[in-house]
Amino acid sequence: IICCPPPLQMQFMLLFSRQGKLRLQKWYVPLSDKEKKKITRELVQTVLARKPKMCSFLEWRDLKIVYKRYASLYFCCAIEDQDNELITLEIIHRYVELLDKYFGSVCELDIIFNFEKAYFILDEFLLGGEAQETSKKNVLKAIEQADLLQEVRLGGGDLHGI
Amino acid sequence: MPAPIRLRELIRTIRTARTQAEEREMIQKESAAIRSSFREEDNTYRCRNVAKLLYMHMLGYPAHFGQLECLKLIASQKFTDKRIGYLGAMLLLDERQDSTLVFLSGWFFNNTQYVQGLALCTLGCMGSSEMCRDLAGEVEKLLKTSNSYLRKKAALCAVHVIRKVPELMEMFLPATKNLLSEKNHGVLHTSVVLLTEMCERSPDMLSHFRKLVPQLVRILKNLIMSGYSPEHDVSGISDPFLQVRILRLLRILGKGDDDSSEAMNDILAQVATNTETSKNVGNAILYETVLTIMDIKSESGLRVLAINILGRFLLNNDKNIRYVALTSLLKTVQTDHNAVQRHRSTIVDCLKDLDVSIKRRAMELSFALVNGNNIRGMMKELLYFLDSCDPEFKADCASGIFLAAEKYAPSKRWHIDTIMRVLTTAGSYVRDDCVPNLIQLITNSVEMHAYTVQRLYKALLDDISQQPFVQVSSWCIGEYGDLLVSGQCEEEDPIQVTEDEVLDVLEGLLASNLSSPVTRGYALTAVMKLSTRLSSVNRIKKVVSIYGSSIDVELQQRAVEYNALFKKYDHMRCALLERMPIMEKAAANGPTETVQTNGEAEPAGLEPKHPPTIIQPANQANDLLDLLGGNDVVPVISTAPAMKPASAGGELLDLLGGLSLSAPTPAPPIPMSQPPFLLDGLSSQPLFNDIATGIPPMTAYNKNGLKIDFTFERSNTNPNIAIITIHAANSTEAEMTNFVFQAAVPKTFQLQLLSPSSSIIPALNQGPVTQVIKVLNPQKQQLRMRIKLTYNHKGSPVQDLAEVNNFPPQSWQ
Repeated sequence: IICCPPPLQMQFMLLFSRQGKLRLQKWYVPLSDKEKKKITRELVQTVLARKPKMCSFLEWRDLKIVYKRYASLYFCCAIEDQDNELITLEIIHRYVELLDKYFGSVCELDIIFNFEKAYFILDEFLLGGEAQETSKKNVLKAIEQADLLQEVRLGGGDLHGI
Repeated sequence: MPAPIRLRELIRTIRTARTQAEEREMIQKESAAIRSSFREEDNTYRCRNVAKLLYMHMLGYPAHFGQLECLKLIASQKFTDKRIGYLGAMLLLDERQDSTLVFLSGWFFNNTQYVQGLALCTLGCMGSSEMCRDLAGEVEKLLKTSNSYLRKKAALCAVHVIRKVPELMEMFLPATKNLLSEKNHGVLHTSVVLLTEMCERSPDMLSHFRKLVPQLVRILKNLIMSGYSPEHDVSGISDPFLQVRILRLLRILGKGDDDSSEAMNDILAQVATNTETSKNVGNAILYETVLTIMDIKSESGLRVLAINILGRFLLNNDKNIRYVALTSLLKTVQTDHNAVQRHRSTIVDCLKDLDVSIKRRAMELSFALVNGNNIRGMMKELLYFLDSCDPEFKADCASGIFLAAEKYAPSKRWHIDTIMRVLTTAGSYVRDDCVPNLIQLITNSVEMHAYTVQRLYKALLDDISQQPFVQVSSWCIGEYGDLLVSGQCEEEDPIQVTEDEVLDVLEGLLASNLSSPVTRGYALTAVMKLSTRLSSVNRIKKVVSIYGSSIDVELQQRAVEYNALFKKYDHMRCALLERMPIMEKAAANGPTETVQTNGEAEPAGLEPKHPPTIIQPANQANDLLDLLGGNDVVPVISTAPAMKPASAGGELLDLLGGLSLSAPTPAPPIPMSQPPFLLDGLSSQPLFNDIATGIPPMTAYNKNGLKIDFTFERSNTNPNIAIITIHAANSTEAEMTNFVFQAAVPKTFQLQLLSPSSSIIPALNQGPVTQVIKVLNPQKQQLRMRIKLTYNHKGSPVQDLAEVNNFPPQSWQ
């Protein structure tokens, strides 16, 4: 068996505000906390410096960064050099649609106050950086069911809420 | 004991902080509360506390003390606990912690698919190699389950396992058997991802899975042909994510395999022509299709279709689309050059794009597309780009322009102009290694010397800050300053420059703060060279001696050595500082060839018609050449040569002195009969060697005790070059000192004079002075030469001119 590095993989996804405040960070490659902080700081700076007329892709280190701004939030994915940037834009868009459906006209505040839910939704959509479910309906259904589990089931019930 | 503050309450509170310090204080207070709560093993609120910790972690505060709590949450029976526990594990733990236990509890003690799903997700996201090894069996089992919710997660988890522990790949093979028969899109999508991973890692797997091509083609076809499916529809396209992944897998399976490539040909054409392009999603699929077509063994019609899609992308309003088009075209420009050429003008337009990434790609692609046919037009665009682009591009652009110009320059004048344009507009971004290359280029563009030095001089007057430009300019002024001062430019109006003005400029460079040490070195050497080209020797001596005490050690050393040259070695100064020779390599592959291949209107052989300059000690020899007339064999002295110097210099320039130009007849022939006195008694040393080469030697001159013989050799590297060695012997009783040999040849030839063995010819034939002349004769014309000899004999200067016409035919045929 020939060992070679993963050919195509999303390495991480970051969500941050226009002031550079981190709202969500999902890492699909093993890195130390220190490295994650450094990458986040540099990348946030780089993306925030982009002008509106520029395209959604930029080369950064040996990765390709795909980013898109939705209202006050930047969604930023790091993919490998050979990957399809255009479909990554679709992935980002699908995630935003899921959030929007779940929260009902989602805005940044929803993500801030319900960050754990944002993670749950992301983890039902992507796994290891790849889409695990391409049907919007199915992702939302799964989240709904899981949410129910929190309320109803004895032993799994969340009597106090977080 | 009051309940710990709720998560949302904490978030709200922290957001009210007005300063960083205030926020830090709040966080520290809450951290302490959480820590003591953990210490008390509070089960009820552990979940809440960990959630709050995760929020603080996102703000950048330490949260490692919660790692163990996450594991406790995962082990809890409550689903809420598990959910937060797994999330915490993914955020706070990394591979290094051995947390296998975490996942085992997920499998054995709870069989809710949602819990198992959480476990699979966590393993697939951050599982270490050990964890993967331990749990691969469980994953493999779930890969075969009929529960599609778990099956799809197991597939992606398997991908992660394989990435971490490639040796485990084999064990998943049986489970892949029916993956593609699934109806569930989630399972299909993740299965295709798994198959892709396996095929890319193992050639054996790749061959094994080739048989899936027909099935993949069928699935893709159904996706395209099927009607509207609300569940998977994105802007009228059915499950674009799945389509893209299938196309990618097809690419891997079809690469290098004729049969597979053929089997997918039709579907690729179908996708390429039927996909809706109004939105990004359609273009994403088209893009993937193009990548696949270019990578497999597709028929040429399909390839052209793919490149045309990219061409259309270039015209798309969406800059993202333009970006991917340029990236792809850059990859295909080598293999499908002609097809990409068709889109050249669109690509060139992208040089003006506002986006940096697009500009860079357009620049790289433009350079790849430059050829002999489009060089003029392309260079105009690229030079314009160089003027206006960001500094980060300038070095690469300049280097690219030099390369392209060297390869495809339609004429020497154009080449020099282009170089100078780059030097003057981006002269400080030019790479250091370009300077010697450019100098070599200029040296070999012999007939452009006057033009080059004049243009560079004028530009230097405006700006001396760009170091590479200044270095090239000062080198040229040092070499060709005499041409500058004598106003010999043919290509444009000659400017009036005095010697003092030239020296002023060079001294200015030496003194300027803007000049780097390297530049100063160039400038000083240039000043020194001018001592044999201009007449202001005293001024030059002064400058050189000043820098003999320069703080800059390199400069000081140069100045001291040059000083020595003036004092002790003055007789060698001329020879040492003579014109730089042509570098053979460039002479053989000059623009002459380019002119013929690029289809330009310029006639082939235009180059040789330009009067080649003789490389001679400190002389413009152009006027000497013209005495020998044009290309015709009849030695007619032409009327006053166009480059008759205005004689701003001294005696060195005045080669014409003593020769009557008005005489329309050829110069009187040298008496070729050997005077008897040479033969009597004196043992003539065997001056003739190289009989083996078959070219007989000859006597070129014999007068007043000075006899000059020529011996011949053919160059090994270039058959058009004859190597002549002159042997100058002195049969008189007194030595001949300050001996200088100069030669001129007709216009179709080029000459290179190397340094003589000595400038003193000892008396009584006691050892000839030898010197090598290289003659380039591409047109195989009859070789003729005019020579000028100067020396001191018995205290008086002697000077003589002679023609040499008796070259053996073998020396020039």
